[in-house]
Amino acid sequence: MPMFGFGPSDYSAIALSVKVAVTATLLSLPFAFAVAYLMTFQRFRGKIVLDGIVNLPLTLPPVVVGYLLLLLLGRNGWIGRTILQPLGIEIIFTWKAAVIATAVVGFPLMVRSIRIGMETIDRGLIQASRTLGAGRLDTVTTVILPLSLRGIVAGSVLMFARGLGEFGATIIVAGNIPGVTQTIPLAIYEYASSPRGDIMAMALCGVSIAISVIVLVFHEWIGRRMDRVG
Amino acid sequence: MKLRMDIQKRFGVFHLNADFKIEGDRIGIFGPSGSGKSTLMGILAGLHCPDEGVIEINGETIFDSRRGINIAVPFRRIGMVFQRPHLFPHLTVKRNLLYGYRRCPAENRRITVESLISALEIGHLLDRGVANLSGGERQRVAIGRAVLSNPRILVMDEPLTGLDDNLKFQIIPYLKNACETSGIPYLFISHSQVETRIMTDRVLTLEEGRVTGQMSGEELARSRMKDHIAGYINLLKLRRVRDSHGMAVYHWGDRELFLSSADDHPEAIFELSSAEIILCKQRPESISARNILRCRVADVFETGRRLGVELAFGKERLIAEIVRQAAEDLDIRKGKKIYAVIKASAFRKLR
Repeated sequence: MPMFGFGPSDYSAIALSVKVAVTATLLSLPFAFAVAYLMTFQRFRGKIVLDGIVNLPLTLPPVVVGYLLLLLLGRNGWIGRTILQPLGIEIIFTWKAAVIATAVVGFPLMVRSIRIGMETIDRGLIQASRTLGAGRLDTVTTVILPLSLRGIVAGSVLMFARGLGEFGATIIVAGNIPGVTQTIPLAIYEYASSPRGDIMAMALCGVSIAISVIVLVFHEWIGRRMDRVG
Repeated sequence: MKLRMDIQKRFGVFHLNADFKIEGDRIGIFGPSGSGKSTLMGILAGLHCPDEGVIEINGETIFDSRRGINIAVPFRRIGMVFQRPHLFPHLTVKRNLLYGYRRCPAENRRITVESLISALEIGHLLDRGVANLSGGERQRVAIGRAVLSNPRILVMDEPLTGLDDNLKFQIIPYLKNACETSGIPYLFISHSQVETRIMTDRVLTLEEGRVTGQMSGEELARSRMKDHIAGYINLLKLRRVRDSHGMAVYHWGDRELFLSSADDHPEAIFELSSAEIILCKQRPESISARNILRCRVADVFETGRRLGVELAFGKERLIAEIVRQAAEDLDIRKGKKIYAVIKASAFRKLR
């Protein structure tokens, strides 16, 4: 049943937005956890450099991030030419490019949230688990992971929400192809710049707001559940 | 257990330089706060890496900087009970207890979960979350968790410090019980002379990052006598037999002692300062003190500006202290028979 006069390309934009944000979040999780772990618990050379690289997308304009990704992943780009082309993988101007753009832009937010969670873990618990016979990986999965769950959830929610709104980097690497790479923000942009598109733009804004509210309510709910359990 | 450590470690301005060999199953590490006790034990467990040195347990090298040996923490099998319990907040009491046990290979398991749970009396807590435990219960669970990991040595790093006095001496019997049930040799770290003497046979003393000596608990108490306002702390294990005129009567060897403070438990340890014992040549008449005991001077030793007098009451011993002039007036010398006078209120219950 059509709502607000949404056409197939509008529905596909909504579905694609959710798909891109979910995929980017899930894809980033293990990497963000690993980086947060390294930054919180390990001492190594080049830690400041890693910290800088991870946080760079937070300070750079998303358009710049998108352009750099285009240079890297495009046909003549370093990764594009050496890895993607020989394997026959096309990324630029597909939904996968939108996932990568979203993941890169949201990554520092996720790492930060997980780190905040990890920093609250008492080091004594980690020492205790080690003296009780747990190896490093064992300690990570049985002590650090469960105790940073709150940070992981917060980071995922933040990244998902940030992913829904990703515009600048996405439009450059994935383009704005209705039904293929057009997400909600791109669709709104198109409606807003075309005559008599105001109502549709407003309707999509409504959808955006609705999804955001759902995400926030979900976050609150899961936080309370964890409070009750832990 | 035979332990040999010869290690160096610098932390900013603090320099730990420990070189010792010690043997025994109940070893104390004694020293003031900041003397490097915890660091030394952290190094033994592998939680800190020494700058250089050697560590051997029962002849097996677990660390040697020259030969590049550094056995990882989980494989050292050194159980730790820390000052704070450090229980895993996301696990129940039971899962905390079994954390180390499950990770211990079956051939190394010598303690059954049931026996230890009953030794620590924590059976009723098993399904609780650790947030719902009292301070004493938490420390008991932490002791149980460390013992159940079946370590070859148990290191207890001031496990009683975080607890108030009353609770402290309630935990000691559990601690002793758990260690006796398991038969695991232990190192007991403390800055309390009394705790160290109750828990250990052999004591390593540490000061400012250096090992200053090795002695028995008794020698430790005598060596510290001159620095302590209460002098020597006598520890008496007493058994309550009856009440009389509002006092509790306790058996002590073949004597009876009258105490003003009673305890619900039939057996208890009391401390008595050497400064609280008065010595008399003849049996005093009309005196308010309720304990007048005939005894023999077993030994007289110097302790700063005072004299320590070891008194023998059959098989039992007490240390009293007097000034030099009093010793001359009373003609105190080895073998002399005298009377010791102790007030009923001079005894302080530890447990």
